[in-house]
Amino acid sequence: MISLAGRDILHGWGKFVLTGVGLGLLIGVTLSMAGVYRGMVDDAQALLDNSHADLWVVQKDTLGPYAEPSSLPEDSERPIQAMRGVAQAAGVTYLTMQIAQGDKDVRVMVVGTEMGEPGMPGQPTHLIAGRQIVRGHYEAVADIKSGFAIGDRVKVRRNFYTVVGLTSRMVSSGGDPMLFLSLKDAQAAQFQKDSDAIVRQRARTEANPQLNPPGNPAVAAAVNAVQSGSTNVNAVLVTITPDADPDIVANAIRRWQRLTVYTRAEMEEILVQKLIANSARQIAMFLVILSIVSAAIVAFIIYTMTIGKIREIAVLKLIGTRNRTISWMILQQALGLGLIGFVVGKIAASLWAPFFPKFVLLLPADRSGAFLRSC
Amino acid sequence: MADGITLENVVKTYGNGDTAVHALRGVNMSVAKGEVVGLIGPSGSGKSTLLKCLGAVIEPSSGKMTIGDQCIYDNGWKVRDLRALRRDLIGFIFQAPYLIPFLDVTDNVALLPMLAGKPNAAARKMAHDLLDALDVGHRAAAMPSQLSGGEQQRVAIARALINRPPVILADEPTAPLDGQRALAVVALLNDMAQQFDTAIIIVTHDEKIIPTFKRLYNIREGLTVEEIPKGISLPASAVALFESDTARDKV
Ligand SMILES: Nc1ncnc2c1ncn2[C@@H]1O[C@H](COP(=O)(O)OP(=O)(O)OP(=O)(O)O)[C@@H](O)[C@H]1O
Ligand SMILES: [Mg+2]
Repeated sequence: MISLAGRDILHGWGKFVLTGVGLGLLIGVTLSMAGVYRGMVDDAQALLDNSHADLWVVQKDTLGPYAEPSSLPEDSERPIQAMRGVAQAAGVTYLTMQIAQGDKDVRVMVVGTEMGEPGMPGQPTHLIAGRQIVRGHYEAVADIKSGFAIGDRVKVRRNFYTVVGLTSRMVSSGGDPMLFLSLKDAQAAQFQKDSDAIVRQRARTEANPQLNPPGNPAVAAAVNAVQSGSTNVNAVLVTITPDADPDIVANAIRRWQRLTVYTRAEMEEILVQKLIANSARQIAMFLVILSIVSAAIVAFIIYTMTIGKIREIAVLKLIGTRNRTISWMILQQALGLGLIGFVVGKIAASLWAPFFPKFVLLLPADRSGAFLRSC
Repeated sequence: MADGITLENVVKTYGNGDTAVHALRGVNMSVAKGEVVGLIGPSGSGKSTLLKCLGAVIEPSSGKMTIGDQCIYDNGWKVRDLRALRRDLIGFIFQAPYLIPFLDVTDNVALLPMLAGKPNAAARKMAHDLLDALDVGHRAAAMPSQLSGGEQQRVAIARALINRPPVILADEPTAPLDGQRALAVVALLNDMAQQFDTAIIIVTHDEKIIPTFKRLYNIREGLTVEEIPKGISLPASAVALFESDTARDKV
């Protein structure tokens, strides 16, 4: 027996391939949309993965540090460090800001991390070039997506930093590339006031008789010193020892340190359910509609393909072709279209994915899903 | 002569109640093996309906139909697999050739034995032999759209003959052809009827070919009336009639 579907396709292969390519572009769009959605979720997860933390300790009763502002004294890490089950604890600051890159502006998340010993939570991972920050000051590690190269000078607030290392896939939950500084530098950038503000602050202190008691200028000097610097962090990242249970350690910190603690699972829930929830749902909704539309178009293509052959099908039936053989012929052509559409869609989606401003994660599972749908 | 087809009192009513159409009101006819008969009648008299009943495309309302010594209908189908019946016992020829456009000439003809389970090579060999006999062997590799109307009709005839069915039903096979070619097709069908011992019924309006039938059924208002036409003699070899246009095609 010859393949009726194969012969039919060969006979009008130009039309068949064009239809397949058109379908492929549609599948490509659907895949990209799914990729955009996955990319968002993956960015959020990358943020958590790359922090290398098991627990996030934040200001009491906040959803910090990513979903809400959180601020706690840097020295809260010391008692945590001493608790049973805790391997390492390190303060970290996050500040999203616009910085100049060449003649453009890039939006980056400035991350201050403790550089004390290598492997501390919060330090940049996925280094693809250069090295970690080793000097306490004026060095930075940038994510490749920011556009900076090794040796570039980056101005954050008032100071310049030299890029000594590059990372990949180190982004904020919003997809902004990270710029790592030492904790001290980052604290300065985040909390330091500019000169005018300091002058006004000093004037206020001096005008306040309680902070500037007559005849004791040392008090005002001490108050100013306290106010001008900051030793706050946005969160303390904690890693636990291999034998410890994250929930138990988290409970202990909550009880003894009176701070809010999130485990990895809770943090993921906050990011996915709260922080990116609306935009993700927006895209998911669009994806649902797009999938329905694609399915309708595929059904329509198969319908017209069948209607276009109705006379041949009638003849085939009259000369004794089984209905099964005819359905199989149509099904095979649909599968063929699906295959072309799938390949074209996959290629198209991979080709245009890099041009998206945010990460687009194309999963093989999505593609097979699209393939199945298109059949 | 052995029995080819017999119809006894075949009735077909479309619809029911007030809108019922009595297309066949008790048709009796019989065609022997190797015989070609014509079926004529005014428009709407039930010719196509009769062929459709006989071809198991629609079900009669009552009556009896026999092909060879097998009763296929007796107030109900007597064969379970109507598809196999159509494939193995009946060849169809239509007004238009209705070839499958995406299969070449050989496979258009070989498809039937393939559907019946013959290996591809054997089916193609059968098709080639038959196409040669019908003088279109040299176009065996062409696509249907590349053939002349007469060649297409001959391929359609080859398709109807390939499974050596005991019955061939032709519904106005000469309608699109001019006088010469129409006669050639009828002559060819006569040749084939004898060569393959097939009973052939040709429905026609075509004045030119009516005189060629040795036996003619005239159907009026759903009832058959047998008539013997005056008869004209057919050329010794029917294929000879095609030679002029075949020669043209070769150029
Ligand atoms: N599917 C159908 N439903 C209802 N009535 C039908 C149907 N098919 C045919 N008829 C009617 O049955 C009668 C016989 O039709 P049939 O097609 O057999 O005529 P015919 O002899 O082939 O005519 P023609 O020479 O014009 O082809 C007509 O009155 C027609 O209207
Ligand atoms: Mg008719």
